[in-house]
Amino acid sequence: MSSPEWNNPVIKWVDSRLPVFSLMHHSTAGYPTPRNLSYWWNFGSLALTVLIVMIVTGIFLVMNYTPHVDMAFDSVERIMRDVNYGWLLRYVHMNGASMFFIVVYIHIFRGFYYGSYQAPRELLWILGVIIMLIMMGTAFMGYVLPWGQMSLWGATVITNLFSAFPIVGDFIVTLLWGGFSVDNPTLNRFFSLHYLLPFVLVGVVGLHLWALHTSKSGNPLGIEVKQPEDTIPFHPYYTIKDLFGMGVFFMFFLAFVFWAPNYMGHPDNYIPADPMVTPAHIVPEWYFLPFYAILRAITFDIFWFIPAKLGGVLAMFASILVWMALPWLDRSKVRSCKFRPVYKWFFWVLLADFIFLGYLGGKPAEQPYIIMAQLATAYYFAHFLIILPLMSKFETSVELPESIASAVLKKGDA
Amino acid sequence: MADTATNVENKTEGGESRRDFLLLATSVVGAAGVAGAIWPFVDSMNPAADVLALSTTEVDISQIEEGQSVTVVWRGKPVFVRHRTQEEIEQAATDDAAALVDVQTDADRVQKAEWLILVGVCTHLGCVPLGQKPGDPRGEFGGWFCPCHGSHYDTSGRIRKGPAPKNLAVPPYAFLDDEHVKIG
Repeated sequence: MSSPEWNNPVIKWVDSRLPVFSLMHHSTAGYPTPRNLSYWWNFGSLALTVLIVMIVTGIFLVMNYTPHVDMAFDSVERIMRDVNYGWLLRYVHMNGASMFFIVVYIHIFRGFYYGSYQAPRELLWILGVIIMLIMMGTAFMGYVLPWGQMSLWGATVITNLFSAFPIVGDFIVTLLWGGFSVDNPTLNRFFSLHYLLPFVLVGVVGLHLWALHTSKSGNPLGIEVKQPEDTIPFHPYYTIKDLFGMGVFFMFFLAFVFWAPNYMGHPDNYIPADPMVTPAHIVPEWYFLPFYAILRAITFDIFWFIPAKLGGVLAMFASILVWMALPWLDRSKVRSCKFRPVYKWFFWVLLADFIFLGYLGGKPAEQPYIIMAQLATAYYFAHFLIILPLMSKFETSVELPESIASAVLKKGDA
Repeated sequence: MADTATNVENKTEGGESRRDFLLLATSVVGAAGVAGAIWPFVDSMNPAADVLALSTTEVDISQIEEGQSVTVVWRGKPVFVRHRTQEEIEQAATDDAAALVDVQTDADRVQKAEWLILVGVCTHLGCVPLGQKPGDPRGEFGGWFCPCHGSHYDTSGRIRKGPAPKNLAVPPYAFLDDEHVKIG
């Protein structure tokens, strides 16, 4: 769309020197959006909303938090008891982390189903995976800050993962700790990074949006926009739809904040950290459980050169990094699962497998859970590395509609 | 666009004002919601319960001899407790008639004439005036002298000379008994 003509002299003066108003116009009223976006397309803007909520509540929490092993736990309890609305800020921040992952998981699986990663949106997709990785690091370090038992022992287990790497492993772990165990220096650097990374996220989200506005939004039919009739302006049509979704989402979010604030947390984290006693059953936060299950599933050496410990770590990282290769693993000319009659079912099997892995990640590391986790992990990788490439090559897809407009309007007539 | 038809229909039924009303009503509800959401953030920056709990200070005055001063901490600020001599009390009463910047009688500034209790913060820009220790300069009026910008306070803590606009503040306090004062 062409640049708008500004009538207001002040806006005109500013815009000709710094085109912020044109930029705003191009990303709202001037942004042509496919007319058939479903509610699954709400989750991007929801994720951005949660990111903002997390940053704002985080900034205010820091005003009352003390990053020191002797004072961190008490300062969090002081926030809960003494600081005006401190309980609200903390519960919003705490549950906001879970909400962030719920929203982003839905956003990612939306991408899986509708082939959102396919050309020309490969970079858009890869930036999304990078966002997910930074989010995971940020969430992990944030969980350490209250300095409860789960904070300390979660940090101990996760930082020890890096000791699996040959030669440099112990060096990396010492570097992460700033000492010989998870202690005050670790808490201080995690606090520093936990404050930094959300702003890095804002930057990468900016790139993600830039890439989006370059290649434009995908849509449930997975066919490209061909004509003006296929689109409607983002504003007001999708701003109002996003706002409506936001209202529904906040009801869900705040229901947890007000009525079940600790439902998704672990009670052991209300015990102050004790470096002498490990809790009987250590589990990460729910959103890490599928990957935790994959980590623990590798109980055997892979070939003769990868010991089980390293194998688990590599498998865990690979389970996310494999998403980055999706645009090249999927050879299908058709994006949307709507027109992929067989692969569609494998999508649902993958989702079930992922949820099953999450269930197994929360179980103790004993039989029969170990063998189940091994099978589920094997299937997880088989989906991406075998089923998807083969399926995309041999599956006969359903005939695609002529255009978005013709498909939508035909449905309306019927 | 496709919805031109509905626009026309709405207009004939006066739909434009109905749409305006809906937009306005939605905006008002939204603005109220945002304001309500902002308040907890702002209020979290106000003094917390544990800070408020420290907002009173008890002082044992039995050990303060006539002519002596002590400084105690109340809400993170110095409070001057001076056991005034008879001369100082008389001087303060005489000065009631002097040309005061911030007019107030000495009797209005004390509960018991021998005990002068003041917030030790200069009303100019917040420095702590000198005059509590025996060797300190007490200014031209025998009370306190602020070294930052040269404000002189008299034996009732009233501003007499210099840039400060107000007398040294009298904090709320109560004598619990003959030997104890609760400030705050």
